[in-house]
Amino acid sequence: MERRKVLVEGIAKKVMLVAALCLIVPVLAIIAYIFYKASPVLGLDYLWGVPEGGGTGGGIWPPLIGTFFLVLVSLCICAPIGIMAGIYLNEYAPDNWFTRIINMAVTSLAGVPSIVHALFGVGAFVLTFGMGESLLAASCTIAVMTIPVLITSTREALSAVPMAFRQACWNMGATKWQTIRTIVLPNSISGILTGVILEVSRAAGETAPILFTGAAASIPFMADSLGDKLMPYFLGDKFMALSYHLKVVADKLNDVPEAMKYGTAAVLIGLIFILNSFSIVLRMYLRSRKKW
Amino acid sequence: MSDPEIDELSIRTRNLSLWYGKFQALHEVSVDIKPNIITSLIGPSGCGKTTLLRCFNRINERYGNVTTTGEVRILGENIYTEAVALAELRKSVGMVFQRPNPLPISIEKNILFGVRSHSRSRDLPASKREELIESALSEVSLWNELKDNLKRKATTLTLEQQQKLCIARLLPLKPEIILMDEPCSALDADGIERIEELISELKDRYTIVIVTHNMAQARRASDECIYMYLGEIKEHASTMELFMNPKNEQTAMYIEGRYG
Repeated sequence: MERRKVLVEGIAKKVMLVAALCLIVPVLAIIAYIFYKASPVLGLDYLWGVPEGGGTGGGIWPPLIGTFFLVLVSLCICAPIGIMAGIYLNEYAPDNWFTRIINMAVTSLAGVPSIVHALFGVGAFVLTFGMGESLLAASCTIAVMTIPVLITSTREALSAVPMAFRQACWNMGATKWQTIRTIVLPNSISGILTGVILEVSRAAGETAPILFTGAAASIPFMADSLGDKLMPYFLGDKFMALSYHLKVVADKLNDVPEAMKYGTAAVLIGLIFILNSFSIVLRMYLRSRKKW
Repeated sequence: MSDPEIDELSIRTRNLSLWYGKFQALHEVSVDIKPNIITSLIGPSGCGKTTLLRCFNRINERYGNVTTTGEVRILGENIYTEAVALAELRKSVGMVFQRPNPLPISIEKNILFGVRSHSRSRDLPASKREELIESALSEVSLWNELKDNLKRKATTLTLEQQQKLCIARLLPLKPEIILMDEPCSALDADGIERIEELISELKDRYTIVIVTHNMAQARRASDECIYMYLGEIKEHASTMELFMNPKNEQTAMYIEGRYG
């Protein structure tokens, strides 16, 4: 009997190890394959350069900085709304039918496919609000798509703060806001910020939401001055973005050298990886200052 | 309403009933708690001791779907009216919990937390702050132990020190009443003894209501004792009387340890 237990334990452990490996192998394979295929073009010239011949040659800088701007602007729009809504729902909202409807809406919105958000973005931001196809309209679309997920991640971070702290504050006569400001937020901010950055960078890697709301296949790009290169788009301009650029070059099967396509993919992966690492570093820093 | 006898009571409830959603946790509770003594609340789990305690500073309302009827007078004033300022109420009725819950900030900030949330920072100059910290910590006899470590995180203290700190941080608010919900149940025997000593020192200045599961503790540490069962008060007498000569049959069974 005892031997059987040991045997079963060993098998269970190995089966789950295999499952974990199954998860890691494809990820590593994808990354290795893409970077291998992209290796002929990858380099500073490629990153800093401007596309030539409709993406058949040259570099990747305009879509790279475009995606970066997209992340930045969407962050500015959705972070305050998502965080405040999350705080309200977790700390203030009474448990009644109204709150339950909001919660249901949040959950359902998080499950809406991105192409539907894209169409909403066209209708609402591009047409109704008259933003036209622009960086702003695309950022708003990304923001709308991200807010429900942000609310959820913010709530998770907040509910990780022990109830005992809140009780202690209330029982000394602190208001809910005083409690949130002095105790709850300082102890959950790392989780909240990590969620925000992860979610926004994930959304910014998607093609659908920017497809009709502001992404351009190619934009005549002044490559002469440094200022133009660092600040190529304003809120009202159409812009280039990595995910859409990838779609464009991948569509032109024969004209574009393979390395150019994989190069775009590699840069997109790289950018998201960098944004994620940034959020992880930020979380580690804030956690090291954590107070319990 | 100035009936001198009523004004002298610390806590007086009349027909206090409370529901969590549809579940009635308190049934028509009427109780008088006298000032400057220790009153203990005993009874089996789920009998409403903690609920009753939480009515005294209206903190129950923060826990969701609660309906309260009846009257609770704290120092002669009905606290279940619109006009009551909850922050002020909680200032004069402090609470200590089962599990010590110091805030994850420094010792001194814990002590100042209460006053800080009730006053503007310019009304609290450094000298005043130091005075508050010293007197609060001295009152719970932690000053000598901790005076050189005031910047230390409160969560790194021992459980006993934490619980004393949780009592100390109420004191700058100048409470009249201190409610304690099983304040010793997370502590070891030495800790229990020292907290009980502290509680009996504090009773000269504060009215203390303590919920306890520990019959021996109720007997040792309280002046009056209330036995509750299923949301009702079955007996309220001096501790000596209640333990030596219980009037209620259930009380007798409970204190003999036949159930609970």
